Amino acid sequence: MISIEILIAQNSGLDRQDLERWIQNDWVRPERQSGGFVFQDIDVARVKLIRELRHDLDIDEEALPVILSLVDQLYALRRRFQALGEAITETAPDDLQRTLAAHLVVRARGGLH
Amino acid sequence: MADPEDPYKTLGIARSATPDDIRSAYRKLAKQHHPDLNPGNAASEERFKKVSAANELLSDPEKRARFDRGEIDAGGQEQAQGPSYRDYADNAAGRRYSRGGPEAAEWNSEDISDMFGSMFGAGRPRGDGRMRGQDEHYSLTTDFLDAVNGATRRLTLPDGRTLDVKIPMGTTGGQVLRLRGQGGAGRGGGQSGDALISVQVTPHRHFERSGNDIRLILPVTISEAVLGGPVQVPTPQGPVKMQIPPNSDSGTELRLRGRGVPAHGGQAAGNLYARLSIVIGTPDVALKEFLATWTPQLPDNPRKAMEGQE
Repeated sequence: MISIEILIAQNSGLDRQDLERWIQNDWVRPERQSGGFVFQDIDVARVKLIRELRHDLDIDEEALPVILSLVDQLYALRRRFQALGEAITETAPDDLQRTLAAHLVVRARGGLH
Repeated sequence: MADPEDPYKTLGIARSATPDDIRSAYRKLAKQHHPDLNPGNAASEERFKKVSAANELLSDPEKRARFDRGEIDAGGQEQAQGPSYRDYADNAAGRRYSRGGPEAAEWNSEDISDMFGSMFGAGRPRGDGRMRGQDEHYSLTTDFLDAVNGATRRLTLPDGRTLDVKIPMGTTGGQVLRLRGQGGAGRGGGQSGDALISVQVTPHRHFERSGNDIRLILPVTISEAVLGGPVQVPTPQGPVKMQIPPNSDSGTELRLRGRGVPAHGGQAAGNLYARLSIVIGTPDVALKEFLATWTPQLPDNPRKAMEGQE
């Protein structure tokens, strides 16, 4: 957990106005505590991702929300997918797990419609 | 195969490339392989590391010049990567950035019910153009006994196809039978739809069904009613013998256990209830004479309960 000052100090070239605009746009969601922002690890990583998207990938701020929205949906699905996989691993009997796996492999080959 | 150590080959550029060429080649590859945009793809991640390292080396004019002069090699250019977004977003921490906000449950009871539906796209057009065929609705009329005992009936469809429909034991009117894959053809190799057959049951002359029990009115003669004795009773599975107790009145209901709708689908067999109905039958002179001179031992008034209620 770090403050906005530390975050900017740790990321050379990170512009405070840019960061505040990203927060205002809800692209970065630090917690607000006693008047200041507090950044968790994921928020720090998110800032790094947005900077890479902006500068390394040359994506402008018009297109950025589209990409972030897709990224967020991708990771939400990955979390659900993983939770589903864990639930199957923990609850389904071994033979059902094997049947499921075999079915998915056959389907991936186009064998089942 | 390209030498993985040559940063020019990694970025796919000539040794004479300008700084702009380098930047644009790097951007193009970074867009394709950025690991936070390709989570779970190890090949992309590996490729991105090499592309980043190559860019790191070639975008710095001093390092590039030293490399070109052979003073340094391409090794050791990999930067220590800071925390990657994917490392957090794949875990519960990532919920901060889910659409409903960090407090929104990612699974709820609705999800569970349509988990294999909407989440994985069943019943919807698939990305590969396959589409499941339509369900088609038909109706079929069957007689009472076939519905009770089960039967196979042939249904001719409007398109000339015939379907052998198995009517399960104990089918009730209005029940819908689903024949998987017998509906409309799928498109693009998609699954066929189902045929949904709504069953109508015609009434029986004697039997009446209530749940799994069957009732009928059983006519008996005066002497069968008074003296008792064995009689044949029709049941859905054929006639059975039943003992009528002596002095059974009209309206008496006798039970034949397990002679209703046969056991099916985990339900026990129903009973058959025969309600006696005394029938005088063909006029009989002797009976008439006997009754004219008959004085009952204990005179009865069967309408006693009705008196005073007009």
